[in-house]
Amino acid sequence: MTPAQPPEVQYKPAHYKSAIKPVWCPGCGDHSVLLAFQRAMAELALPPEKIAVVSGIGCSSRIPAYTNTYGFHGVHGRSLALATGLKVARPDLTVIVASGDGDGFSIGGNHFLHACRRNIDLTYIVMDNRIYGMTKGQPSPTTELDWDTAIAPGGTGLSPFHPLVVALASGANFIARGFSGDIPGCARLIVEAVRTPGFSFVQVLSPCITFRPDQQQAWKDLVRNAPVPETDDPGRAARRLMTDDGFNLGVLYRGKRPPYATRSLANLPAAHLEEEFTA
Amino acid sequence: MNVESAAKSISIALTGSGGSGVMTAGQTLLDAARSCGFYGLMTRSSGPQIRGGEAAAMLRLATRQVESHADRFDVLLALDFENVQRFAAELPLDAGSLVIADPKAGEIPAAIAAYGARVARVEMNKLAKSVQGGRISMVALGILARLTGLPEEAIISAVSQTIGQRKPEAVAASEQAVRLGAVAAEGLPEAPRLELPAEKPAGRWSITGNEATGLGALKGGVRFVAGYPITPATEILEWMAPALQQCGGVLIQAEDELASINMVIGASHGGVPALTATAGPGLSLMIESIGLAVASETPIVVVDVMRTGPSTGIATKSEQTDLNIAVYGLHGDAPHVVVAPLGISDALATAQWSVALAEAIQVPVIVLSDQSIGQSRAIIDRPEDVAFVARRETAAAHPDSYRRYELTANGISPMALPGLPGGQFTADGLEHNAQGTPSSQAQDHIAQLDKRLRKVEGYDYGDFWAEIEGEGPLAVLTWGSSVQPVREAIATARAHGIAAKPIALRLIAPAQPERLAAALGGVKRLIVVEQSHSGQFWRYLRAHYDLGIPTVPMYRPGPLPIRPGEILEIILREARS
Amino acid sequence: MTGIPELPKIGSAAEFYAQALAIETEASERYTSLAEQMEVHNNPEAANIFRKMAGIESQHRETLRQRAGDMLVGGEAAHFSWTGPEGPETAEFEKVYYLMGPHQALQIAKINEERAAAWYEAIGEATQIAEIKAVAAEMARDEREHIAWVEQWLQQFPPPDEDWDEDLDPPVFSD
Repeated sequence: MTPAQPPEVQYKPAHYKSAIKPVWCPGCGDHSVLLAFQRAMAELALPPEKIAVVSGIGCSSRIPAYTNTYGFHGVHGRSLALATGLKVARPDLTVIVASGDGDGFSIGGNHFLHACRRNIDLTYIVMDNRIYGMTKGQPSPTTELDWDTAIAPGGTGLSPFHPLVVALASGANFIARGFSGDIPGCARLIVEAVRTPGFSFVQVLSPCITFRPDQQQAWKDLVRNAPVPETDDPGRAARRLMTDDGFNLGVLYRGKRPPYATRSLANLPAAHLEEEFTA
Repeated sequence: MNVESAAKSISIALTGSGGSGVMTAGQTLLDAARSCGFYGLMTRSSGPQIRGGEAAAMLRLATRQVESHADRFDVLLALDFENVQRFAAELPLDAGSLVIADPKAGEIPAAIAAYGARVARVEMNKLAKSVQGGRISMVALGILARLTGLPEEAIISAVSQTIGQRKPEAVAASEQAVRLGAVAAEGLPEAPRLELPAEKPAGRWSITGNEATGLGALKGGVRFVAGYPITPATEILEWMAPALQQCGGVLIQAEDELASINMVIGASHGGVPALTATAGPGLSLMIESIGLAVASETPIVVVDVMRTGPSTGIATKSEQTDLNIAVYGLHGDAPHVVVAPLGISDALATAQWSVALAEAIQVPVIVLSDQSIGQSRAIIDRPEDVAFVARRETAAAHPDSYRRYELTANGISPMALPGLPGGQFTADGLEHNAQGTPSSQAQDHIAQLDKRLRKVEGYDYGDFWAEIEGEGPLAVLTWGSSVQPVREAIATARAHGIAAKPIALRLIAPAQPERLAAALGGVKRLIVVEQSHSGQFWRYLRAHYDLGIPTVPMYRPGPLPIRPGEILEIILREARS
Repeated sequence: MTGIPELPKIGSAAEFYAQALAIETEASERYTSLAEQMEVHNNPEAANIFRKMAGIESQHRETLRQRAGDMLVGGEAAHFSWTGPEGPETAEFEKVYYLMGPHQALQIAKINEERAAAWYEAIGEATQIAEIKAVAAEMARDEREHIAWVEQWLQQFPPPDEDWDEDLDPPVFSD
C-alpha cells in the first residue's frame, strides 16, 4: 500500500489510461473493468509510475497495454508468479494482476493456490466470462457443465470450479466479486482490494459478447448485492461461499492474515560470506 | 591407461551401507587432509534409498589443486559389501590397489574382485564394538590415516569438529576407535603415501561447485532468487537462502519451475538482478518463459546443474547433455547467452560473470554447470577476484518520449525501472515496436530481431570467453567438467614429451568463430572431448565453426566420469600420427 | 440493477452543479470511448455518431461550467459515487456491437438523453431549493432539445435490416 500523493497532484482516471486503444470487442465487459481500474487508481491517488499491471495471455490479459503504468504481459498462466517476483523485489510498487478464467484457473490454477497461500500484497482481478474468448470459445474451468462447444459437444459434464472457495481455502485474505455492468461497484472493490494488505482476489463477472452474447442480460438479471455484510470469519465465509450461487456481489471475505513478509537479517556485502569456506 | 598426474595424489574410496556413516567419514578425512595442508576432492555416490542405503565416498588427496578424479583408486576400504557392486564401475582398481575389508563382510563381490587388487582383512567391526559407542567408520579413518601418512591427530581433530557439535560425548569414543584403527593398520601391505606439506597455508577453501556458484552470483549482484528443489541443484538454493538474508536479498521457494522462472523475471523487471537454479527437467519446464525474457529483454540468470538425461535420467550422476536445449531450446529465433564453468573453483567467477552479462546485455544467461561440479567438494586456493558486477543500463531521469526498445547501435536500449516517472512501459512477449507497443508489422519484427541478435553477438565478451594455454600442433577443445580431466591428461602427455594445447570454452553461445580460429592458429590436429552420447558439443561446433583441420571427437555419456587416461590415450595416438 | 438510478439527495446548488458536471463529463467520455471502439473495429459510421454525441455532451458541460461559475470547487467536478451503476446520460458499454449502424447508435443516444431529461426533471421536482429548480429545469430543457436533434438525425438513417448483425467471417484469434 502506497501513501497518497501530496495534494498538489490530483490524479484523474484519464491519467491511468495509455494512448493505445483497446481491441476488445465493443460490448465486452473488459472495457468496464479498465475504466473501473482507472477510477480506483485515481481514488487511491497512486502515481502511475508506481503501479505495475501484470498479466498472462487472453483477452483480459491485454489490459496492461491500455494502462499508463508499468506492466508485464507475460506467458499464459504465470502472471501471479511474475507479479510475486516483482512485488517481493519491489515492495514499494502497487502490483495489480489481471487474468481471465482460463489463464487464471486452468493453466494458472497451481499458481493461484500458492499465491493465495503466500498472501503476498497483490490485487488479483480475474475477468471471468466462463469461456476461452481469445481462442474462439472453448469451455473454461468456470463454464457450466452443459455448455455446448465444438471442442466439448454437449458440454464438458464437469462441475465448474469455485474460485472464491478455492481462494478462501488457500489462504487469500480478501475475496470479492464484481460485475462489469456495475463500474462504480467494481471500482470500489478494487480500491478496497488494494487497500487491504495481503492477497486480494476480485472475481469480476465480465461477459463475452462474441461467444456468449446472452450473458450480459442474463447476468444483469441474476446479480445482486450480497444480502449479508462481509465477514472476517473464515468458517462463516466458507459456508457462504460454498452455497453461493455465483452472483452475490461485494466484499465477501476480509480476513486478518498478515501479508507475506521477507526476513532480512542484515545487509552485508557478498564478500562477507567467504568466511564460511575458509578454515 | 593410467595417468601419473603431475600432481602427486592418492585416491581413496570408502564404501558402506545401512547407516555406517560413510559420507561423514569421507568428509572428515577431507577436512583432516585440509588441516594438514593438502588439497583434495571428494565425490559421493549412493543407492536410491533415502537412508540406510549403500554409499561410497571417493576422495583424492594431493599436493596440488585437483578438481577431478584420477584414473584409479589406490585404496578401497569397504565397511561392508552390501550392494557395493552398484559402485563397481565407479571404483576402478588395478593390481597395485589395496582393498581393505572386514572378514565378516564375506567374499569380495565379483565385480570388485575382477580388478585384481590386493586384499587385506581387518576386524573393524570387532574393534569398533570393543569401544563403548565406537563406530566402524572411525576405525576405518584410523586405518586410512596410518596407511596414507596422515597424522591421527588431524583425524581426531576433524572428528571432534564434525561430531563434537552434536554429540560431545561421542568424541572420546571416536578418538579411541580412530587410534585402534591406526594400530590395526600397522600390519597392512604398503600403500602410497603423501608427503606432508611443510607449510599449512591459511585461507584455502573447502567448497562445492554449487556453493561457489551461489557465492559468485551474490558477488555479481544477485539479490533475488526463486527456485524449486531438484537434484543436483538444490544445494544452490539452500546455500543462497540464508546468504541472501545476510545480504539484503530474498529467496522464495516457488511451487514449481514455471513459477520460479516467472518470479525471477518479475523481480528483474523491478530492477533487481535475479537468478534461478535447476537441472535438466526443470530447464525444460522453464523454456517457454526464458523465451519471454528474451523477447521482453529482461536480464535473468538460469543455472542448470546438468545431470544424466534424458527425462528423469539418473538424477545423481553427471553428463553434459543439456547443451542442445540450452542453446536451441527456445522456440523462435531467440538469441541468448550460454556459459559454462570450467570446474569447481571456476564456478564462482563464471557465475559472477553470468550476472554481469545478463544485466549488461539484458538477456537470459544460462549457466551450464553439472552434477560433478555442483556436488563435488574440493579444497582450493581462494579464487582470484574478478571485476564482473551487475550494471544494467537504465533510462535517464525524466525521460522525454521514452522508447523502451529503441533501436540503438549496439542493440542495448536503456530500461526504465518501475517508479521512474515518464518511463512507463509494458514488457511483452508479443513482438513489438521500439515503443513497446505490440506489433505484427514485418519491419518491426525484423528490426527487433536484428536488435536482439546484434546486442548478443556484438557484445565484447573479453578474454574470459575461454582458457587457452600454451601452443602446439595438437589441441584439445572441451568445456565444463571435461576440462579438468583434459588438463590432467595434457600435463601427463607433457611429461611424456608430447605438447598439446587445451582450449576450454566458458562461452558456449554465441559462437565466437574468429576467436576460435585465432586459438587454432598453428594447430594441425584437434581433439574434442565431452560427456554425451550424441556428441552435442561436437555437432554444435560443426554447425557454428569452421574448424578447418582434422578433428577427432571423443564423446561418451555419463554416468561414469571421464578419466584423464581415456583422453591421454587419444592424445598419444593423435600425436603419433 | 436496471433503469433510472435512485435520485441522490442534493442539498445545495454547488452539489447540484458538481453532480450535473459529472453526468455530462461521464457521458462525453463514454461517447469518446465508444467512438474509439468503433474506429478500431472499422465502423466509421457509428463512430461518427458517437463522436458527434461526445462533442454535444462536452459542449453541454462547458455551458454548465459557465453557468456554475464560482460554484464549482476549483472548476473541476467533485467526485460522486452513484447510487446506481452509472450516470443517467451514460451509454452503457454493453449496449454496443461492432456491426451496429448509425440508426442504432442514435437510438442509444436518444435513450440517454431521455433518461437525462427525466433525471433533471425529477431533481427539479424533488428539490425545494429555488436555484436548483431553475438550473435543473434549464438542463432538462437542454436535454429535450438534444432529443429533438437526435430524432431529426434519425430521419437520415433507416432502421437496420433483419440480418444487420450477420458476419460471414467467423471470429479470429490473435494470441
